Amino acid sequence: MPSRIFVTGLGFISGLGNNVQENLSSLLNLHSGIGPIRQIETSLKAELLVSEVRMSNADLLLYAGLQGQAGYSRNSLLGIIAAREAFKQARLNDHRDLRIGLISGTTVGGMDQCEKYYQDFLTNNSRNDFIEIYDCADSTEKIADDLGLNGFMTTISTACSSAANSILFAARMMKAGKLDSAIAGGTEALTKFHINGFNALKILDKQPCRPFDAARNGINLGEGAAYLTLETEETNNKTGNKVICELVGYGNACEAFHQTASSPDGTGAYLAMKKALDMSGEQPDSVDYINAHGTGTDNNDLSEGRAIENLFSKKIPYVSSTKPFTGHMTSAAGSAEAIISILGMLNGTIWPNLNFSNPMPELKFEPVAELLSGIELNVVMSNSFGFGGNDSSLVFKKHGIH
Amino acid sequence: MAYINGIGIISPQNTLPGSGFLEAAVEHNTDFLRSVEPVYKSYIDPIAARRLSRLIKMGISSAKMCMQDAGLGMPDAIITGTGLGSVEDTEKILGELTKEEKFLNPTPFIQSTYNTISSQIAIHLKCHQYNSTYVHRCFSLESCLLDGLLQISDNPAANILAGGIDEMTQNHLTIIRRLGLWKPEAIRNFDLWTNNLPGALAGEGSAYFIISGVKTDTSYARLEAVETLYKPGSTAETASFVNEFLSGNGLSSGDVDVVLMGNNGHTGHDRICNEVISRAIPGTTRVLYKHLCGEYHTVSGFALFLASNMIRREFIPPSLVTLPSIPKKIETVLIHNHFRDTDHAFILVRK
Amino acid sequence: MDELIDKLKKEVITQLNLEDISADDVNPDAPLFGEGLGLDSIDALELIVLLEKNYGIKIEDPKDGKKIFYSIRTMAEYITENQKKA
Repeated sequence: MPSRIFVTGLGFISGLGNNVQENLSSLLNLHSGIGPIRQIETSLKAELLVSEVRMSNADLLLYAGLQGQAGYSRNSLLGIIAAREAFKQARLNDHRDLRIGLISGTTVGGMDQCEKYYQDFLTNNSRNDFIEIYDCADSTEKIADDLGLNGFMTTISTACSSAANSILFAARMMKAGKLDSAIAGGTEALTKFHINGFNALKILDKQPCRPFDAARNGINLGEGAAYLTLETEETNNKTGNKVICELVGYGNACEAFHQTASSPDGTGAYLAMKKALDMSGEQPDSVDYINAHGTGTDNNDLSEGRAIENLFSKKIPYVSSTKPFTGHMTSAAGSAEAIISILGMLNGTIWPNLNFSNPMPELKFEPVAELLSGIELNVVMSNSFGFGGNDSSLVFKKHGIH
Repeated sequence: MAYINGIGIISPQNTLPGSGFLEAAVEHNTDFLRSVEPVYKSYIDPIAARRLSRLIKMGISSAKMCMQDAGLGMPDAIITGTGLGSVEDTEKILGELTKEEKFLNPTPFIQSTYNTISSQIAIHLKCHQYNSTYVHRCFSLESCLLDGLLQISDNPAANILAGGIDEMTQNHLTIIRRLGLWKPEAIRNFDLWTNNLPGALAGEGSAYFIISGVKTDTSYARLEAVETLYKPGSTAETASFVNEFLSGNGLSSGDVDVVLMGNNGHTGHDRICNEVISRAIPGTTRVLYKHLCGEYHTVSGFALFLASNMIRREFIPPSLVTLPSIPKKIETVLIHNHFRDTDHAFILVRK
Repeated sequence: MDELIDKLKKEVITQLNLEDISADDVNPDAPLFGEGLGLDSIDALELIVLLEKNYGIKIEDPKDGKKIFYSIRTMAEYITENQKKA
C-alpha cells in the first residue's frame, strides 16, 4: 500500500505578498497584484501589465538577510524566501535525520542577471561572477545551501507545469521509499527575456487578463515562488506536524499537439485531470473546486474548458482562475495555485475569477465571478498546463474527511 | 532495476545506426567536439524541421533511432534531461535583446524553453503519456533514469524513453573559457590525456534509451541503480557513498569490473575522480572516454551507451583508454561523473 | 508587383527557414496556411515580424494575419497598399 502524502508546510511570495498570510489577505480583500512593470528596464514598460513582487533585488537581499552577498539571482532570492517559510512551518530544522528532498521548478534560472551582462560575458571579464548562475540548477542549489539540505535534489523545467511536476515527482519519490519528506514547488522571476518572448507570441494582454471571458485577450505575466513541504504518513507520525491537507492524486500527460497550442478538445488536459482524479479515488462529482490554469488566452481557456466539461460531464464543480490575482507565474504557477487552492479549501472560500463579464459561447459553464464564503470544500483540483503540452493536475483533500 | 532495450545516440563519434561500436574513432582538432550528425531528413519531415533548432533535431532523431533500435512504435513515457537546453536559441534572443527589443522572432523563444525537446519528441511520436524534463547539471539524465525506474517499479511492462542532451556553441565556449574551465585553445582530442593546457575538453551529444522491466531480444544490459550525491565534505565521504551504493545493491567493490571515469582533462576535476575511485574501488579497471565525446552535463548518456555495449559485446574498443589493462570480464560497470565536486552522479550497469 | 512577389517569396523562405523549397516552387496564389505549404500560427507571427522589420508595417492583431497572409500575392498587395499610406 503506497504511503499517504501529507502537506505540512506552505511558503509563498508573489505580487500579492511576501508570505502565505499576506497572500491570503490580498485574496480575501480582492487585491490583485497586476500593475505596471517597475523592476525591469524594458521598452515594453509602457505597454504591459504584470504582477511583480514589490521588492527590488537589493530589497530581497535585505529581506532575506543576505545583503552584501554576491551571485544571487532574483530567482534564487524568491525561491529562498518561500522555501524557508515552508521549511520552517514543518519544523524540518528539528528533523534533520529525515531524508529530505528538494525538487524545484524553474525555466528562467539566473536569466534576470545574465540578460544584463550577456555582452560583458562575451567581451570582458568584469561579470565572471554571474556566468555560472545562468542555469536552472543554480537557484535549487542556492535554496539547498540556505536550508542546509544536502540530500536528493533536482530541478524540473516543463514550462508552466514545472512546479506541479516537482510536487508530483516528490510524492512519487516518497511513495517509493526514497524520501521521508520533501520541499517541492517552483520559482520564477520576471525577466526581459521572457516578457519579450511572450510578447513575440502576441499572447500578452495589455489590459488586466480575463480568463474564460468571451473577450479575453491573453496573459499578464507574474513572478514569485511557492513551495509545499510534503511528508509521508510515517514521517508525520515522527514529526507530529499538523497536517494541512493531503495530496491524494496527481496526473501528468502530454498534449502532443503543437509547440504552443493545445488541441481544441484539450486531450492532454483531460488525461492529466483524469489521471489525478483516478488516483485520488474520488468521483468527479466529489471535486468541489477547480483552480483552472485559465491563462486568458483564446486557446488555453477553450481547450481547458472543453476538457473540464468532458471530465465533469454530470456536474461541473466551482471553477475559477486566480491568474488575474497573481499573474501567470509560469514555472511557479503550479505550486502557487496549489497553495491558493489549499487556502481556499481551508477557509471555505472560492476565489473569484476576477475581470469576468462575458461567458464563452463555446462552454456550458462560467467561472465563479464573486468571492464565495462559507462553502464546504473537501476536495480541490489545481491545473497547470505548459507550453509544449506538458499538462499536470494535482488533487488535494481536507484531512480527516472520509 | 530495468533492462536497457534500445539506444539512439548522436555524438562526436561515429555512433549513428549501423556504425558498429566505435570502430573507427573520429579525430577532432577543434575548440569543442561537435557531433557527427545524421541526415535529419531521414528522421524529420523537412517542412516540420523548418522551425527546429539543431538541438531539437538531434533530440528527436536520437529518440527515433532509439525507438527503432528497441523495435517499438510508442513509449509509455518520455523524459529528457538537459543541463543547458538550447544554448543557440537563448543566445539568439540575448543577442537581439542586446541590440533592441523590437522585432524579436517568436521561434527562438519557443525553442529556448528546456522542455521543448521532450515535447517535440511527443509531438513527433504522437505520444500523450507522461512527459517531463530535468535540468540539473550532471544530475539531469540521472534524474530521468530515476524517474523511469520509479515508473517501472510500479509498472514493469512500461517502456520508458529517457535521454540526455546538451549542445555546445562557440559563444558559450568563449564565455565559460573566461572561468578557466575549458581548454583555452583547440587541441587534438586524442591528446587530451597528455596535453598540459588547463581546462576540460568541451563536447556535446544526445543519447536516448528505452528502459523497461521486461527483458527482450534487444536488451543490452541491466540499469541496476542510479544515485546522486550533493556537496560531500571530502573525497573520503564520496568514496564511502560509493561503497554504500554498491553494498545497497548487493555488491562489494571487488565486484566492479570497470569504472567509466569522469575525467575530462581539467586537473582539479580529474584529481577528485581519481581519488574517489582509488579509495572506493582500488584495483578496478578504469576507462577514460571523454577524449571521444568531450565534457557536457549529460555526458553520462555517452557513458551509458558505452557501458551497455561493453557489457553486451564483452568488448572495450581500443579507442578508449583502459587502465591498467583490459579486464577478464565486463559484467558490472560503474559510471561516475561530477560537477565541481558539488554534484556527484553514479550509474550502475550490469549484465 | 512581380518584383515584390519574387522578393517576398525569397524573404518568406528565409524567414521561415524553408530549406528545401526554392522561390520557383512557390505559387504566388496558392494558400500558405493549412493546405499548400502547411504553415501554422507561429509562422504567421514570424511573417508579422518580417513585415515590420523589412517593410515597416506593424500588424497589431495577429487575427488580421489570416487575410493578409493568405498567399504571397495578398501579402504583396497589402504591402503595396500600406507602404503608400506610411
